[in-house]
Amino acid sequence: MLADKYADRIETAFAKYPTKRSAVMPLLYIAQEEYGWLSPEAIEEVASLCDLDPTQVRSIAGFYTMYRERPKGKYWLQVCTDLACALKGADEFYEQLLEELGLDHENDTTEDGTFTVEHVMCLGACDRAPMLQCNFHFDPKYDRLDMEKARKLIEEWRSEAKKK
Amino acid sequence: MAMATRILLRELDTPNIHKMDVYMKNDGYEGLKKAIGMKPAEVIDEVKASNLRGRGGAGFPTGVKWSFIPQTEPVKYVVVNADESETGTFKDRQIMENNPHQLIEGAMIAAWAIQATAVYIYLRGEYWDVAAGLDKCIAEAEKKGFVGKNVLKSGWDCPMYTHLGAGAYICGEESALLESLEGKLGQPRVRPPFPAQKGGGLYAEPTVVNNVETLANVPWIMVNGAAEYKKFGTEQSPGTKVFCLSGHVKKPGNYEAPLGSLTLRQLIFDEEYGGGVPGDKKVKAVLPSGGSGPIIPATDEALDMPLTYEDMQKLGTILGSASIIVMDEDTDIAWVAAKVTKFFKHESCGKCTPCREGTYWLDKVLDRIMADQARESDIDLIANIAKNMQGVTLCALGDFAANPIIHTVKNFPDDFKRHVGETAVTAGGSARRGAAAPAGD
Repeated sequence: MLADKYADRIETAFAKYPTKRSAVMPLLYIAQEEYGWLSPEAIEEVASLCDLDPTQVRSIAGFYTMYRERPKGKYWLQVCTDLACALKGADEFYEQLLEELGLDHENDTTEDGTFTVEHVMCLGACDRAPMLQCNFHFDPKYDRLDMEKARKLIEEWRSEAKKK
Repeated sequence: MAMATRILLRELDTPNIHKMDVYMKNDGYEGLKKAIGMKPAEVIDEVKASNLRGRGGAGFPTGVKWSFIPQTEPVKYVVVNADESETGTFKDRQIMENNPHQLIEGAMIAAWAIQATAVYIYLRGEYWDVAAGLDKCIAEAEKKGFVGKNVLKSGWDCPMYTHLGAGAYICGEESALLESLEGKLGQPRVRPPFPAQKGGGLYAEPTVVNNVETLANVPWIMVNGAAEYKKFGTEQSPGTKVFCLSGHVKKPGNYEAPLGSLTLRQLIFDEEYGGGVPGDKKVKAVLPSGGSGPIIPATDEALDMPLTYEDMQKLGTILGSASIIVMDEDTDIAWVAAKVTKFFKHESCGKCTPCREGTYWLDKVLDRIMADQARESDIDLIANIAKNMQGVTLCALGDFAANPIIHTVKNFPDDFKRHVGETAVTAGGSARRGAAAPAGD
């Protein structure tokens, strides 16, 4: 249960706002972190913590793209393919990355559950294109990418995943 | 040149300015101390006198915005707009990563000026690491008495919190941002009431919403005075600005300079800045204000125009957030229109029909154009759809989504014509970077 395991973080979130409802976004992040994605059960849990109806919470999860209502891989790779990045070859990079992992636009998660690859709108790092974020984190290693750099990263993530 | 042409990207002149002790040794929090020694109305007057204009895109005078807040209301908020999501914009990230205390100080001065009861910094969800960094800085500032209870022993309490969005461009629009902060869908509100008014702001309380870069200017203005600030820039565009340079340039990045001190040509070609176009190609077009502003052809007149709010208007475009995307001579502008339209289709919040349906239809017809399967009349069709989206939506996103069509069709008609009718190249043909644009869902 989130309420026990993340009691401190949940309390910190509630303490920020005059209404419980405002904590719904931080709590959805906590749920996603715990369960990997926002299952109907996870959404119900957040709803009951915020005194909201699960339908309201589901509409929020659906509106914002950083909440995922389907299972995803351990490494969630989001490639920016917006205009500024695309001028630097981000579309081609995204397609190559999918191909490298045996994925396509519909099947975005590897069968072993290690990787999910998505293209996303502007990530505010247009000077570092092509680039991606991994599990919402940026790293200079993910900047100015080509497939050679990407293959090295994939290898690192694969061996890291095995250790876990 | 070395003398304070940089007010914001100070890490380039003073290493480790992100650290509290280094910041404090370099006038850090002096602006806040000075402000708290003044009456709130005097602080507002000083910022008004500086004519600082909002750096988020609209360019509205900051001091005037603050003066709209009714002082008699007991609960008031300052909300920092750190949702930076416009294609081609990455300046606020650099300020928050490298000079975070200057933002915190600026936000606290704004909060004193309107006697706010709390400050919220709304960051785009992707700035997860940036928010964690800010949280640490806020805690440090609280320990020093600059934030929180009894700020600088003035008897005034004002806590500061970060809040992460979750991937929605629309939340950069101030009323959608407030909705999102309240735990709702990020959809714009009907105005009036405006955020500054009772009933219109955060939790229905009077609220000032300011961009990160705007607030980061304020400590400097308090320490040095409005008169000194106005020595930078032009009469109508005072101060310095961070220019986000991306696209086809050798050295993309953030460059700060006084407004009006640089032309587009200097920014793109000078070694100190963009360093020219890869392959030494010619520049074909420039988007001075990211995906949402009007595109302009790179004529000599445009390239030699100083970068100010007023001069960009002369070119039929806007300076906006100064997110300058450069496109070289090989770029297919029809592809640019299709790309930017996918962005707006994805980011339309769905509340207003013209924007929700308009972006959908524009995207469909542009897909047809890019597949070289369109009719000549399709060019008029997209222009017509776009015109019908202008001025009829609750927020500016409808207009933003119309701009990429109206101005690309007007300024680069041949780029569209080559995709239609008998002259169309067959699919997969010549349209450079025209293929493989992934579907925006």
